[in-house]
Amino acid sequence: MPIELKSASFAYPGGFMANKDLSLTILAGERLAIVGQNGAGKTTAVKMMNGLHKPVEGDVLVDGQNTREHTTAQIARTVGYVFQNPDDQIFNQTVRAEIEYMPRYFKLPPAEIGRRVERAVGLTGLEGYLKKNPFDIPYPIRKFVTIAAVLATEPKYVIFDEPTAGQDRRGTLLLESMMEQLQREGITVITITHDMEFVARNFNRVVAMAHGNILADGTARSIFSNAAVVAEARLRKPQIGELAGRLGLGEDILFCNELVAALD
Amino acid sequence: MALIELEHVTYRYPFSKTPALNDLSFLFEKGVFYGVVGENGGGKTSLCNLLRGLIPHFYQGTLEGRVTIDGTDVREWDTGKLSAKIGYVFQNPFTQISGIKATVFEEVAMGLENLGWPKKEMAERTLQICRLLGIEQLLEKNPNELSGGQRQRVAFASILAMDAEILVIDEPTSQLDPQGTQDVFEIIQGLRGSGKTILLVEHKVDLIAEYCDKVLVMQNGQIVRSGPTAKVLSAADLAEVGAMPPQVAAFGHAMSEAGKPLAQIPITLADAEAQVKRRQEEVQRCNANRA
Repeated sequence: MPIELKSASFAYPGGFMANKDLSLTILAGERLAIVGQNGAGKTTAVKMMNGLHKPVEGDVLVDGQNTREHTTAQIARTVGYVFQNPDDQIFNQTVRAEIEYMPRYFKLPPAEIGRRVERAVGLTGLEGYLKKNPFDIPYPIRKFVTIAAVLATEPKYVIFDEPTAGQDRRGTLLLESMMEQLQREGITVITITHDMEFVARNFNRVVAMAHGNILADGTARSIFSNAAVVAEARLRKPQIGELAGRLGLGEDILFCNELVAALD
Repeated sequence: MALIELEHVTYRYPFSKTPALNDLSFLFEKGVFYGVVGENGGGKTSLCNLLRGLIPHFYQGTLEGRVTIDGTDVREWDTGKLSAKIGYVFQNPFTQISGIKATVFEEVAMGLENLGWPKKEMAERTLQICRLLGIEQLLEKNPNELSGGQRQRVAFASILAMDAEILVIDEPTSQLDPQGTQDVFEIIQGLRGSGKTILLVEHKVDLIAEYCDKVLVMQNGQIVRSGPTAKVLSAADLAEVGAMPPQVAAFGHAMSEAGKPLAQIPITLADAEAQVKRRQEEVQRCNANRA
């Protein structure tokens, strides 16, 4: 079953049309990156996927259910959204309480709550932080708290809004291993990011957005080798790809090992 | 002469057992553009808080060692005067936006207002900075209703407006798209011409390589590497101290491992392009000689 945006449009109060006639189908188990310049409508589009925004025109279907006919709370059990700004999401006094909040709200048995928290904590590397106040830990690690809190609801689809912002090497590697595990469990992962190296390494399907709509939808290689798309969506080719292009080795090279192999 | 001097500085946040900064000694010189990289939790933001006087004036805790800014101990500095001397762009723009101003114009002008600038000059300066940052079209918008990227530009503009001599900038591009990131680096680069001293915390090491004069690597509250940008970022063991090497530096090391070494490890794209071309010419010459 998929998430389907069918000619969906969304306007903010005041009339600014952030998404216009957007059509996109995301299949269960897929891993997808959404890229594009600030203000392209990426966050608005994903907020339509979990019902935080309801389209003003067109339809959004989650596993066949029209989001207009359900509350955000109902849809969020299937489609989890991790906010761009962790401070918009966190409200508990400890990391553990934050992660436990939704499983408790669902009135799950204690053993199930324990299992879910343990899984979410393991995936996000938060073992050492459970007793801390989320606001006392560094911003990029706080982002993992919000990820863990959403993973504890065990949604079928999960959306990360710029998880790579401010992450160091360890944080980026942790995100990568987490996405691998989620994919093995059959969970759909949708990620908004500006980190093009991260996109090239981890995503088979990349959606490039500009001006409220989709400009291109394809493999990372097909997106980055298309100079017009890169310019229009204001992307940046991964540096190795850019170097290969400048050396006249074609537009298809993206990774270090490929470039080393292409040279004498 | 050193503008900021750190001598055996150790700092612990209140109720914290482990020091956030552990025996730091460093001289920051006037007019130099410093990049700070390294693991999260390694002390980068604490270093910013120290240079900015938030440690020890705002955060309590224990500060040992000597910190002087322009020859005066940071503990002796009047915080109002220090905030006019050092501009600080917050890591999280959502935190920096005041929340008490109804328009972007007022938000950007707020610092100048507090510094007591005359109205006309304040308005001119505010408009000039907003043009520089490409946010003129946002002037009448509510700062609390902007996207992450827009907010980050507004936060940056409101500090630039004050024209401080020293700028401490904590990840100014984390929410920006690649083009926007490049633009911000160009603007920071432009500030160097006016003799400003800049300390920039940033994970985008490819851009640090392109723009900074010197680089500091922090880990476990210590400065574990420091020096000219090319020297620090071309080290083969950079990952061992928790920092990411530039893509082209990693490529340079991979060429060496594959038995096709470049003359030097490149750290910028232009550098890499030039070195590969030089190598290709040499390979051709060798082949021609052999034939």
